[in-house]
Amino acid sequence: MSNYSVEAVSLNKVFGRRLIFNNINFKFENNGIFGISGSNGSGKSTLVKIIAGIISSSSGKVFHKTGTEEILPEKLHNHLGFVSPYLVLYDEFSAWENLAYFAEIRGIPLNTERVNYLLEKFLLINRKDDLVKTYSSGMKQRLKFIFALAHSPELLILDEPTSNLDAEGKENVYAILKKEAESSIVIIASNEVTDLALCSSKIELEQYKGINKNAGMKGIL
Amino acid sequence: MAWKIFLFLLLSFVSVAGIAFPIVENPIHWYQFPLIRGLEQNAKIIFFHVPTAWLTVIAFLMSTIYSVKYLRKKNLDDDAKSYAAAQLGMIFCVLATITGAVWAKFAWGSYWSWDPRQTSIFALLLIYGAWFALRSSIESEEKRATLSAVYSVIAFLTVPFFIFIMPRIMKGLHPGSADDTNSGPVVNFKMNGNMQLIFFLSLIGFTILFFWMWNIGYKSLIYKDRVNKIYTRG
Amino acid sequence: MKIKAYALFKKDFHSELRTRYAINSLVMFIIVAISVILFSIGSERISQSLTGGLFWVVIFFSAMSGLARAFVSEEERGTTLTLQLVASPSTIFSGKLLFNLILVFMMNIVIALLYSALFDAFIIKNFALFAVTFLFGNIGLAVSSTMIAAIIAKAGSKGTLYPVLSFPILLPLILLVVHLTLNSMDGTSFEQSVFELAMVVCYDVIMLAASYMLFDFVWND
Repeated sequence: MSNYSVEAVSLNKVFGRRLIFNNINFKFENNGIFGISGSNGSGKSTLVKIIAGIISSSSGKVFHKTGTEEILPEKLHNHLGFVSPYLVLYDEFSAWENLAYFAEIRGIPLNTERVNYLLEKFLLINRKDDLVKTYSSGMKQRLKFIFALAHSPELLILDEPTSNLDAEGKENVYAILKKEAESSIVIIASNEVTDLALCSSKIELEQYKGINKNAGMKGIL
Repeated sequence: MAWKIFLFLLLSFVSVAGIAFPIVENPIHWYQFPLIRGLEQNAKIIFFHVPTAWLTVIAFLMSTIYSVKYLRKKNLDDDAKSYAAAQLGMIFCVLATITGAVWAKFAWGSYWSWDPRQTSIFALLLIYGAWFALRSSIESEEKRATLSAVYSVIAFLTVPFFIFIMPRIMKGLHPGSADDTNSGPVVNFKMNGNMQLIFFLSLIGFTILFFWMWNIGYKSLIYKDRVNKIYTRG
Repeated sequence: MKIKAYALFKKDFHSELRTRYAINSLVMFIIVAISVILFSIGSERISQSLTGGLFWVVIFFSAMSGLARAFVSEEERGTTLTLQLVASPSTIFSGKLLFNLILVFMMNIVIALLYSALFDAFIIKNFALFAVTFLFGNIGLAVSSTMIAAIIAKAGSKGTLYPVLSFPILLPLILLVVHLTLNSMDGTSFEQSVFELAMVVCYDVIMLAASYMLFDFVWND
């Protein structure tokens, strides 16, 4: 059990003139699987990227804490695992080389036992020394999971986690996620009913599209 | 309103005084300027050329200050101010280069000789040009503001180098360069009291003019932006 | 942090060895650039000062050809996100800077050797002065070029804007090193060139400090 928590306070995101979402507040703690749902283009990927610290919000803040101690954005990356359709790994290297380099760049020793365990679980153990260039899209997706899990993060963020996976692959992932949720926080952003069925609580983005009443000519005349 | 009239009077006086007051060997009356060796009649351009060069640097300074403010607060109004300052800076830079080249033709015989100060103003022109080119290549407002702000700061770091250090180490034709024995009419105060007065009045007048134009410039950018945003959000 | 940056450098270097993309095109560029100059000059004798200046022209354009790759290749393949997930901005900048430093020195040593073989007027009387100029000049070149490369990679402008943005920033450095190179060619003593050398070192230090402070803004969205 980890004491990790993620808290969002008054999150608002605007792209140019388009309001994506307004006034999102939540707190995820005590492990488990949490969901973010919404139709295509509703801002799920945007919200998830803001939580991961990859893009910044227009206003509001996200707090990552272990217990009461806040984690600074520059130090967040080793506490976090991220999977998304637009994540790309280096295809001139093999799966193993990718993972080894990432561990070195993270500054943590490569946990070979855990990596081998993950490679087996995701059925990539036989192809671990083949170049990622030769992988199918399903295999690449599974490798992304291993990339996200190899350093045992306390927070796992998954954007459309079952894309490119067949039925068997999906079942496999669900089993692994349920196990991970026992010791970490898992956030899933998805449209898929089966994905969202795993979640104990959900944020529905459609509710947060209210117009921002603060825009206007006040204050400059 | 009153200060706009004041500004108009000031600049009119400076322009008339700068151009019309005669230059004589031994000034007797208050409206006469002394003869400076090496410059003679074309000394009058000092009232116009130096202010434009001065304003280019001020504009760049203002642009960079607001760039830094933007980086800290991410308020797009600061980006508008930075942009408005840069627009003016570009105009004054072109003016300074042209007035400088004209003066160079009369004083040194050719329009351009890669004297360190000429090279510096040219470098400043390149910096402004690059900055505008960078901005026009980025669609997203925030990214445009952030990246051009960073470039602004980096470019600003090269400016002291051009202005202060280069002329000292390289041979040049400008008054005040490494091998110049008469270190320039401004520094050496070869100008008499009246000439100095007109000169500093000119500097002050142009500076006020800059701040006024800048104020109008950035306000119009900000208003336009606000109106667009209301209109689209409905 | 140093080991993590070094790991990133190793990854880039290894990737380069596998794909051999940059090395090939850079070597060809250097050969072509020098050939163009040789053919344009024909059988004319060119002065010492012109030769010294042209040396840095070739270096500048070769740098423009090769140094943007560090950031632009990541942006083009979509692996910027991957790097954002494994390292802090300062680690990224250090790693990329290290790569570009090695690249600059390798490139410029080749250029210097080719140059001294092909241009008769390129005779250096004060070699110590040349060596010191070469060392600090190349460091400055690498630092500024890496920072500008990061900016244009994020602006999505790839190659075309790179020389436009880099030249004004590099101009003070170029003027200084050309001056120093000419000094070293006609045998001016070290003592007389101390001021210019100090200015080059100043440039290096200022650009390095500014780059580290500003990189976060460029790298994070």
